[in-house]
Amino acid sequence: MNKPVGVKEKGVKMSQHVKLGQKNKKGQVYTDIVDMFNMPEPPSFLTGSEVIRDAVKVASIDLSVAYPITPQSEAAALIGELYAEGYLGDYFRGESEFAVMGQCAGAAFGGARVFTTTAGPGTLRAFENFPMWAGARLPIQVCVTCRGINSPLTIQPDTLEMYFLLETGMLIWHAETAQDLYDYILAGFMVAEQPDVHLPIATCCDGFFVTHTKDTVNKVPDEVCLPPYDPYRSPVPCMDMENPPVRMMRDPFVMKSNYISYSTHASWQQEVRAAIERSRKHTIRILGSLVETQNTDREILIVASGTAVSQSREAIRLLEEEGIKVGLVKLKTIRPFPHAELREATANAKAIFVPEFNLSGWLAREVKACIPNNERVHAGPQVGGGMTMPLEVIAEEIKRYLGIPTETLASRGS
Amino acid sequence: MSKEKITICEDLADIMPPEYQELVATATYGKEDRGWRDVGSSKELIESHSLCAGCPESIAFRYVMASVPAPEDTVFVGSTGCTSLVFPHVAIQNIHSLFGNQNAIASGLHRALKVRFPDQQKDVVVLAGDGATVDIGLDMTLQSWFRQEKFTTICFDNELYANTGGQESGLMQRGFVSKMAPAGKLFDKVRLPEIARESGCHYVACLTVSKPNRVEKVIKNAIYVSRVFGPSFVQLYTPCILEIGKQSMEGLDEMKDAESIGGRFVFKEYMTDEVKNFLKQKDDEDKARKKAAKNK
Repeated sequence: MNKPVGVKEKGVKMSQHVKLGQKNKKGQVYTDIVDMFNMPEPPSFLTGSEVIRDAVKVASIDLSVAYPITPQSEAAALIGELYAEGYLGDYFRGESEFAVMGQCAGAAFGGARVFTTTAGPGTLRAFENFPMWAGARLPIQVCVTCRGINSPLTIQPDTLEMYFLLETGMLIWHAETAQDLYDYILAGFMVAEQPDVHLPIATCCDGFFVTHTKDTVNKVPDEVCLPPYDPYRSPVPCMDMENPPVRMMRDPFVMKSNYISYSTHASWQQEVRAAIERSRKHTIRILGSLVETQNTDREILIVASGTAVSQSREAIRLLEEEGIKVGLVKLKTIRPFPHAELREATANAKAIFVPEFNLSGWLAREVKACIPNNERVHAGPQVGGGMTMPLEVIAEEIKRYLGIPTETLASRGS
Repeated sequence: MSKEKITICEDLADIMPPEYQELVATATYGKEDRGWRDVGSSKELIESHSLCAGCPESIAFRYVMASVPAPEDTVFVGSTGCTSLVFPHVAIQNIHSLFGNQNAIASGLHRALKVRFPDQQKDVVVLAGDGATVDIGLDMTLQSWFRQEKFTTICFDNELYANTGGQESGLMQRGFVSKMAPAGKLFDKVRLPEIARESGCHYVACLTVSKPNRVEKVIKNAIYVSRVFGPSFVQLYTPCILEIGKQSMEGLDEMKDAESIGGRFVFKEYMTDEVKNFLKQKDDEDKARKKAAKNK
């Protein structure tokens, strides 16, 4: 396994081909991301879709491909407006998510910084591309505004698609709020493009709950922007014929059923997974941590990601009023999964609840697979199909565990 | 890219593989008038291949690679199939990603190169089989033409899925008995050249690879047109001798039969009037240049 790498003195390496402080054609100053995050601006009141647009505006993106699917359509169209204003090199509507993700791949192969958005059925239609992105080491960012998956037809928020994304070899981050989404989009590029990471990243948020509600967001000034992507720091050659073409292999692996072909494919998969782990140090440097914790000394904990965290915060407040004390662990990154942080945070917990906006309970499975004595993990509550998760449902789940009688909100069928 | 970029530094020259040394010493990078006649006499972009002995696709590959006007600034996009077994050997950058998405990849790639190198001509060429172009990838093939993406699409049409063992494809002729068409194919060969013309391709050609001169001309035309006008399409008959029950030495005869009068691959070329004038002008310029060179 990889040697653990300390974060200390491991700066996020910015590309050298453009000097910080230089201006782009829109007059924005290329600025280190940590410095960007320390530039105070008056707070804005924005929807998640507007936040995506505003993050893209300062992200020095070369190309974005759009396709309509609720609930990301508004964001994708707003990016088009930025293109019309000259903030992106190119932008167009693709013909399907499978094609869009291919177009994104082509642009990334050609050395561009690429951003796109998708949701639910779109994510699944695009799916064959995601492991290909990872295997080809393309640091594309896709913002996934989670939505239920057919059938029956639904456009409502449901985080099931994140379960499918877990083993694609991509970095997967889960935003709780519009602020998270803004920060993750910017930080996402910087982390994903590091030479020792160089992987695609899915910045996920819960559709509607984040994209279509207004929230207070601290943005960076529009006068600064991220340093541009430097394709020549990639661990694989950029396909622009500006570096020598290599004869990649003597025999195409697909032709050979032999040890070398097996071992090449196996070791590449291991390398992709190792690269996910190597992203930790960069993420911690920019976002501070992979998890956020509150009162983890308490016997009952909630572990959650996305808007389930917001609901949990309120449920904890509700329980607190009744004298029940519950701690909270918010996971910001799902890939890499914050194993060490979670083990540490849950070390003293007697019961761990994992509320989720999907019925598969993928996060609970991840948590169970990570911590010792996992009978402590209570998978739930879970809501599906885009239902809301009332605070009372979370509180009720915990009270039931404590043997406290509750007014049942919904029948469980027995 | 210039040839200097691939030049090896002296200290490392002796440890570079001979193929690479030859590439630097005798490749036709940067040579105006490169063409199929360079095959065999100068370092080819295709070193060796793992296709069947006598496979017409292998010679088609050599002609195409030899005909590309500016290999030092050309990126190929392939798809899964027999071509993906050759591309790893080719001394030109090429992308294989998935099966059928080649025209989507090329759309993104060409646009990215345009953003990054606004003042430089970078050619993008798609080279994929008929299954990738017409069946699984038809949507993306057509959409790239509708969008007027400025790159060339080349289809190696062997009228079936060769790499997976000879299954029916949309470009297979009607009545042909193959895997997955046990009673013979029930519908006509898809008329892709006509579809290409109607979908916005400015230059379309359909031919076999029996005549290298013609292949060279068509490939060059297609790439020149794509630089200026928009999408171009070339369909090349590269029969799969293995799957149609021919011997290694019979590929050429099969192509000659297919292009004779009444055959499926009689040479066809469509172009707009604008393109006709453009190509004529280019021809005249080339002739004048060659004449001037001769008289020197």
